[in-house]
Amino acid sequence: MATYQNIFTQVQLRGEPEAGVALAPGNEPRIQATTFNHIMGLIGHAQLGPVYLGWTGVASLILGFFAIEIIGLNMLASVNWDPIQFVRMLPWLSLEPPGPEYGFSPFVPLAKGGWWILAGFLLTSSILLWWVRTYTRARALGMGSHVAWAFLSAVWLYLVLGFIRPAFMGSWSEAVPFGIFPHLDWTAAFSIRYGNLFYNPFHALSIAFLYGSTLLFAMHGATILAVGRYGGEREIEQITDRGTASERAALFWRWTMGFNATMESIHRWAWWFAVLTTLTGGIGILLTGTVVDNWYLWAQEHGYAPAYPDTGVVDPTTLGSAGQ
Amino acid sequence: MKRILAIAGVALASLALSACELAPKTSTQNGYRGTGMDTIKVNAKPADADVVPPPPYDMPSTEGPRAGAAYQNVQVLGDVSEEQFSYTMAALTQWVAPEQGCNYCHNPANMASDELYTKVVARKMLQMTRNLNQKWGQHVAKTGVTCWTCHRGQPVPANYWTMPGGAKNGIIGNKHGQNDPIPASAYASLPNASLASYLTGDPKVDQNIRVNSAGMHPTAANKTSTMDTEKSYALMMHVSKSLGVNCTFCHNANSFQSWSSSNPQRATAWYGVRMVRDVNSNYISPLASVFPAKRKGPEGDPFKVNCTTCHQGKNKPMGGYQMAKDYPALWGPEKATVPAVAAPAAAPVAATTTQ
Repeated sequence: MATYQNIFTQVQLRGEPEAGVALAPGNEPRIQATTFNHIMGLIGHAQLGPVYLGWTGVASLILGFFAIEIIGLNMLASVNWDPIQFVRMLPWLSLEPPGPEYGFSPFVPLAKGGWWILAGFLLTSSILLWWVRTYTRARALGMGSHVAWAFLSAVWLYLVLGFIRPAFMGSWSEAVPFGIFPHLDWTAAFSIRYGNLFYNPFHALSIAFLYGSTLLFAMHGATILAVGRYGGEREIEQITDRGTASERAALFWRWTMGFNATMESIHRWAWWFAVLTTLTGGIGILLTGTVVDNWYLWAQEHGYAPAYPDTGVVDPTTLGSAGQ
Repeated sequence: MKRILAIAGVALASLALSACELAPKTSTQNGYRGTGMDTIKVNAKPADADVVPPPPYDMPSTEGPRAGAAYQNVQVLGDVSEEQFSYTMAALTQWVAPEQGCNYCHNPANMASDELYTKVVARKMLQMTRNLNQKWGQHVAKTGVTCWTCHRGQPVPANYWTMPGGAKNGIIGNKHGQNDPIPASAYASLPNASLASYLTGDPKVDQNIRVNSAGMHPTAANKTSTMDTEKSYALMMHVSKSLGVNCTFCHNANSFQSWSSSNPQRATAWYGVRMVRDVNSNYISPLASVFPAKRKGPEGDPFKVNCTTCHQGKNKPMGGYQMAKDYPALWGPEKATVPAVAAPAAAPVAATTTQ
């Protein structure tokens, strides 16, 4: 195999660790510890650290730790504190939101879903603080805030599922449980209850953007690897100073499909597809049960779902009582 | 060579990770094209065939003196001929207690005595069998049921269920009635009380299995939560597992709600759910004081029936074998219509397709 066809990074640099740019006044100091790791170097950069944690990072990690602890300990309690059963049953175990009898009240007994509210509150706080971090760190480096807004799109879907939609519905019981199979069963039950989520156009958009994201990721990743022999992985330089790698990558797609993205615009394509996946998904979930209660009937009404020939089967409830 | 080995290795690894079923299969289309309404089954091996016991001897005459006049304390089968009565008893022994014989229910010194609880249960079960064959034609059609349909040669049918425990307090050892893989919820994390909710209680009262709204916008008429829907979903998974079919055997998956795009089997199943509710509420639960503790669950309720009790993984129990036609006493008094031998498969609503 030629040296430019590889699965892992072939060249790892060692030397004085890169300390990063000087921080502006008002920033906290970075954690200066640095090391090199060969394994990490195979898939990314071999240098680890320095890390900028800051108070948002510290608070985020602590709150996130408590959230995971509450979820894990509730699961462990549900199997009588038996660690073997905890491992064996883990995919089935869950921390359930409060039942419908509690509405959207923040005051729910801990064992009846109060732990779920607390875990959700801590996890949300942790995520939002981490979001602040992605914003402020990008600004500190003089970058745009694209990462933060993309992250916020995912946070939007998470908050719609666990907080905004339950608030509109007036019931915590509409929220998703914490658990591996339980959240999947919730998803299936949600679609069944609201007459097939596949007829929700925002769900359809979300799927289109999700699949589109994977397609774009595959096209872009493949293109850059394919021009690696000409230094195509130096994308940022080639945006302003096009070299032969960039030219070939562009020409390949123009030959193949008559149109090509540019070194810069392909990243806008990818960013928007990823962001719109969760943005449209969140809108679709929020409309379900609040505005539309039966997506199949909605789709029939709007000429959006196919109509199949009548099988002639009649609802037995219209035929008199059973067993007669 | 190295490249071939590498390709073979990758192919083997991906095969090992996939869930390939290499056995020959039969695929049956059971709905409109393009809807994915297919049933794919691994072809049955001869060993999988249902062994149905033949009648104990040639069916005797339905003429002659009635059993009720010939024997004492014959409360259900008193209206059949004496010869039919002996014939039915012989078959019943073979179906329910082949090892224990007559004495499983009868005191040999006094066959009329009700001293053994099993005889009291057997009487109720005969009433139940006649009720099913007479009144639940929408589910059992002309095939009917016999004791064998559930019992299969065992005093206690292999598949039964009992009521789950009530709500617990606190979080220790409390799975909130779900997240516990049991057969009744198809080993999902779905609620375990779904059978208790839908397969007990008054058969005439609908237990709100339906979760979809009749209109497209939210109204006060349907406040079913996603949590409640999980129960309905668990029941459907139970039906699916019991019958060895997937959702599309009955439903067009574009709308689980719409009857006009469903298959006739859905109506058969609809009657089946109510039939099981009738069996559990009117025939099994009233025997709670008769059954000993070993025939009851932890909540003190007798072993109950669900879809698996009869179906045992087949969409028609015993592959649809028409066994009950040989036992007119199980259909009711002889003056009632006895079904013609090998009758065609019934009225439109109860129709079930053969495959």
